[in-house]
Amino acid sequence: MLTIRDLNVRIGNTQILKDLDLTVNAGEVHAIMGPNGSGKSTLANVLAGRDDYEVMSGTIEYEGRNLFDLAPEERAREGIFLAFQYPVEIPGVNNIYLLKAALNGIRVHHGKGELDAVEFLQVVRERMRLVKMDESLLNRSVNEGFSGGEKKRNEIFQMAVLEPRLAILDETDSGLDIDALKIVAEGVNSLRNESRAIVLVTHYQRLLNYITPDYVHVLSDGRIIRSGSRELAIELEEKGYDWVRQEAKAA
Amino acid sequence: MSEAAVSHYLAEYDRFRDTLAFPGLAQPRATALAYLKAHGFPSRRTEQWKYTDVSPITRRKFTLGKSGPDTGDETYVDSLRFPQLGCHELVFINGIFSAGLSRYKPLPNGVTAGSLQSLGTGDAVLLEPGFTNGEIKNAFIALNTVFLNDGVLVHVPDNTEVATPIHIIYVTSEAGDALMSHPRNLIVLGRNTSASVIESFAGIPDAEYFTNNHTSILGRTGSRLDYYRVQQESQRAYHIGNTWIRQDADSRIDCHTLSLGGKLARCDIEVELDEPGAEVNLNGLYLTNNRQHIDNHTLIEHKQPHTVSNEHFRGIMNGHSRAVFNGKVIVHEQAQKTEAHQSNANLLLSGDAEVDTKPELEIYADDVKCSHGATVGRLDENMLFYLRSRALDRDTARSLLTYAFADEVIRDIRFPEIRERLEHSIAGELPDSDLIEEFMQ
Repeated sequence: MLTIRDLNVRIGNTQILKDLDLTVNAGEVHAIMGPNGSGKSTLANVLAGRDDYEVMSGTIEYEGRNLFDLAPEERAREGIFLAFQYPVEIPGVNNIYLLKAALNGIRVHHGKGELDAVEFLQVVRERMRLVKMDESLLNRSVNEGFSGGEKKRNEIFQMAVLEPRLAILDETDSGLDIDALKIVAEGVNSLRNESRAIVLVTHYQRLLNYITPDYVHVLSDGRIIRSGSRELAIELEEKGYDWVRQEAKAA
Repeated sequence: MSEAAVSHYLAEYDRFRDTLAFPGLAQPRATALAYLKAHGFPSRRTEQWKYTDVSPITRRKFTLGKSGPDTGDETYVDSLRFPQLGCHELVFINGIFSAGLSRYKPLPNGVTAGSLQSLGTGDAVLLEPGFTNGEIKNAFIALNTVFLNDGVLVHVPDNTEVATPIHIIYVTSEAGDALMSHPRNLIVLGRNTSASVIESFAGIPDAEYFTNNHTSILGRTGSRLDYYRVQQESQRAYHIGNTWIRQDADSRIDCHTLSLGGKLARCDIEVELDEPGAEVNLNGLYLTNNRQHIDNHTLIEHKQPHTVSNEHFRGIMNGHSRAVFNGKVIVHEQAQKTEAHQSNANLLLSGDAEVDTKPELEIYADDVKCSHGATVGRLDENMLFYLRSRALDRDTARSLLTYAFADEVIRDIRFPEIRERLEHSIAGELPDSDLIEEFMQ
């Protein structure tokens, strides 16, 4: 589904990602772990199409297409979804109207008809239960005045409604208490299926207690220095990132 | 330039003096004429007019119209009405009152809401405060008095609630003759009263004319007024507005101004909070495009303790347009426990557009809560990216954020029909608004 080859990315004069390779297949859950500043969020944002970053070299192929040919909205319509680390507050833009426009935009792109208000509301109510979203948040402005946990939950709720092919969760676990974390994890787990891929970007392995990844990658200083299975995350939790960094240096 | 303009208006006055109404107002008229002769029109050397050059107005020779409504005016006026609100409507065409286009609604006993010319001679005394509650600060105010011929008096006697909104509509419908009109409104709310007044200023598309309005508002103790000022003149029109507001104890005025039209438009609102407990909430929105120039000046004076003002103006500038915001708040020495908050946010959609914003706070009391802030910016890239990552294309995302920015000052309007009309008027002025209709339900 997603093939990243020799990706080099910089912001201004600072190179963030270095010769990064990653392959994600449909049905897989990948965890990208790493210390702060290792380039995790940069990778997530480059995939979603934020243009603050300059891609110096390398390729990203998504579903057989060159991802760089697609604007952010085209990526969204083709099934890429980024759950933001810091979802922005947008005063005056209604949360539920945005979601309806997003869903219908995606449906129309795939030659399906738009959902009318009743059909849309059915989808919304069903998915709201999934993440135990408070209904009062639907008619508020996007993320405005939401608590940190509510913002993250709103992201997962949007994901549940939009049903992406490739979901990228950027530090969705940060700032969540254990109950909220469980709810978010349940939401993500319920969306796991063989045609969908999920990339979890996280600093801590805590989230991985609830969402079991198929692969774990350690990102350090812009490179993937180690890849492994679920056990790698547990080892990291015990020994810290320095351990894997030193091993990588030695190798 | 200014001298030639003064001579023109003096000649116009001589030409029309015998036909103007209100011979009883000879004294204020004489004072205004003297002011005009002595001071002329403001130039950019005057601090208050530093960013607004009025010579496009003064070099045209505007003249008083003689023709009232035409059969073709009705459709246009209908588009300005709020049919669901059931307003008491007073309609003026080219400065002349039109009984035929006005719509009267029953109002509580003792309430006056009609054209000045329709007042009985006994009522003329009611006009007096409108001429004594402020000095002549510029030639336009003087000109309004010199050519005063009609307008509206709203008078609400003590202990009366007027549930029916009063809508005053000024339309210029003649395209050819460089018409001017000087509508004068006086709104007096007695003690423990409430009312809603809407002023609409409009003109048929492409008409070149000059509207020079003056409105005085007096809110007596315990009165409550919702006041809307909707300026949507033609894109070739010139508009000057001066609103004076004076408030007594525990009165509250919620004021919403919308400046959309006019090639050159200026709106001054001056508020005096004269007694404890007076509160004013001043919301404003201005949208400029092409080569429009819109200037908003506000002055709020806290003269007594425990007075409150909240001011929130927003502007969106596109094309080669220019906007000016100048908001002055004075907290006088004895006005302790005052609360005064002001904010002005501006959104530039084009690299060629310009805004000059100037908050001015003068605080002479020491126990007050005051704040102010002015911002000028472009659309937020983080918000744009968020919306695009949710499958909205770039133009839709931009249009939506622009509309949302403007709607911040509109969305709390109490009457849904006014709010929706204004929201659609705003959308009509913004780029790509057809893309966001779904968001405006």
